[in-house]
Amino acid sequence: MIFYIPQDTTALALGSEAVASALQTAGIEPIRNGSRGLFWLEPLLEVETDQGRIAFGPVSAKDIPSIIAALDVDPASHALYQGAVAEIPYLKSQQRLTYARAGLGDPVCLENYQALNGFQGLKKALEMTGQQIVDEVKDSGLRGRGGAAFPAGIKWQTVHDAGASTGADKEPCQKYIVCNADEGDSGTFADRLVMEADPYQLIEGMIIAGLAVGATQGYIYLRSEYPVAHRLLNTAVERATQANFLGDNIQDSGKQFHLEVRLGAGAYICGEETSLLESLEGKRGMVRAKPPLPAIEGLFGKPTVVNNVLTLVAVSSILEQGAATYQNFGMGRSRGTLAIQLAGNIKRGGLIELAFGVTLREIVEDYGQGTYSGRPLRAIQVGGPLGAFLPESQWDTPMDYEAFAAIKAMIGHGGIVVFDDGADMAAQARFAMEFCVVESCGKCTPCRIGSVRGVEVIDRIVANENRDNNLILLHELCDTMEFGSLCAMGGMTPYPVRSALSHFPEDFLIQDATGAGQDAALASSQNVTGSLSGDAAGAAQGEN
Amino acid sequence: MGISQIEQQSISDLVGQYKPLSGGLLPLLHAIQGDLGYVPDAAVPIIAKGLNLSRAEVHGVISFYHDFKTSPVGRHTVQICRAEACQSMGSRELEAHAKQTLGLDYGETTADGAITLEPVYCLGNCACSPSVRIDNDIFARVNGDRFDDLMDGLLNEHASAERSAK
Repeated sequence: MIFYIPQDTTALALGSEAVASALQTAGIEPIRNGSRGLFWLEPLLEVETDQGRIAFGPVSAKDIPSIIAALDVDPASHALYQGAVAEIPYLKSQQRLTYARAGLGDPVCLENYQALNGFQGLKKALEMTGQQIVDEVKDSGLRGRGGAAFPAGIKWQTVHDAGASTGADKEPCQKYIVCNADEGDSGTFADRLVMEADPYQLIEGMIIAGLAVGATQGYIYLRSEYPVAHRLLNTAVERATQANFLGDNIQDSGKQFHLEVRLGAGAYICGEETSLLESLEGKRGMVRAKPPLPAIEGLFGKPTVVNNVLTLVAVSSILEQGAATYQNFGMGRSRGTLAIQLAGNIKRGGLIELAFGVTLREIVEDYGQGTYSGRPLRAIQVGGPLGAFLPESQWDTPMDYEAFAAIKAMIGHGGIVVFDDGADMAAQARFAMEFCVVESCGKCTPCRIGSVRGVEVIDRIVANENRDNNLILLHELCDTMEFGSLCAMGGMTPYPVRSALSHFPEDFLIQDATGAGQDAALASSQNVTGSLSGDAAGAAQGEN
Repeated sequence: MGISQIEQQSISDLVGQYKPLSGGLLPLLHAIQGDLGYVPDAAVPIIAKGLNLSRAEVHGVISFYHDFKTSPVGRHTVQICRAEACQSMGSRELEAHAKQTLGLDYGETTADGAITLEPVYCLGNCACSPSVRIDNDIFARVNGDRFDDLMDGLLNEHASAERSAK
């Protein structure tokens, strides 16, 4: 029998190290696999038996003796028995492409990766021209998974073509592949999970990107809040280099690609691509104006592909299985699968990889099984701290980039944070502004100062100070931030604020016995949205 | 704040080591902080000279990022996640509890130098909130009691280390 106990952040945070020690005490050396992403079952102990791979969870160290005893007799008799791993409904019902390998084995074992079809995409890519690879990615319909959903193939084409005209001196133009692993949105852990459970897949995707556009150097910009991913990625890069998948002559193909992991330093804004590039250059993470696009003038002024972890990882499976297979998943212009991250106050949180099109309600009710607290659901925030708070009337929206944009929300990086009826939405709106105060890079005044004023205005509204005028002011401020900021930090902080105001106006009132002020606040909030946005938008754009 | 000759030398060595790295200022600052626990003001001119930057540029980078500290911190850094997923599971209460029991506000260190308390915005452990990071370890589903147990562990470890030193 082979025992598996995960070494990913969440499993460790729930005590998987103690479980591993307990196994060792019992004379068993477990394989430290990655997590399947069924975090509500972590630490999930898996055992390879004659009857297949079975699971127990959530397991603590004290359960080990009884599990070992049960394995000898009847595993199903144990209270923590979850049955065959692959048959757990939460996992079985998913469409796993990106996370197909997650949890199967030791994430940094190169032999294991290759045995599970690893580097098959790279093998094909090494026999293709750059343009052929770019075409394959275009055909797949893959869109950037970081949040903006820009077609990956188009971005790659731009970088592929960049620098070609300056070929007079015969010196190939230096280009870069930059992986955005600064996954700062609350409620997201998809990048972390894939980096911790299947890091070679990211490395493979980056090499393929390098071959496609003619880049020889790659950087993974990883947030410093991910110490486990940092350790595993460094090990994986080191082993891939030793095995000649990275370096000057990849698998004796004559092609080269070098990769380095760089650590961020606790700045949310560095998840914005131009700010990330500044940071990689060793500077303050100040957002750049676009154009020039990073694809033309990116890192150190050179043509650069900046893609999210999941985008690059998807490229490995697109090359391996073909663009058509990937294209077959999804709806409308959102092709492939989406890594949905179910988090917050939820009974069964975890990673759910599904084709685009599943509704929010299905995710939260069928997979999530309601709130962790057992209280009624109240609000769902999708897409991180810059995403709107959605009330129940919007939970039937399908997970599709365009469908979400139509209700002034965004899928973003696919994070879903659930709140129960104890949530104070005025406090959440205030926090959205407060977060912007802390994390704004400071370049744009509406973001840097507007957020400070936003906190103050919300405080005044909640304190019932000159409420009607302050509501008008808050809406104007949101417009100014939205239209007067260079990037999404200032530009989208208004989304959670406005959605909290319009869907949960009762939270912005001081609780008085009569409930009298409620209707007035609601009415004024709605009037203002309609009447002022146009003027303020014009004014903000006039300044630029 | 003054630093010793040895510390100066170690900063100079690190500057020499990271100088060839393109855009290597962040890795260098991480290395210095890893060595000394913080980036002393006295390091700024050494870095500036070594990397051919102005002192203002170096200072600008150090002050931009939340991670870099310019004064010594406690032996353990305890970070409480303030982001939305943790808030939905009661991190605001946890935050208040931590500040009260440790007698610290964010950015402050206990008198015995054991613990520095900090906020953090997401540790990527959002399905099992609230999350707390202690040095390089992350803990899930931390309520007030669990937080107290973790802090007792840190404080006892220090006390027993002191006893054995005597």
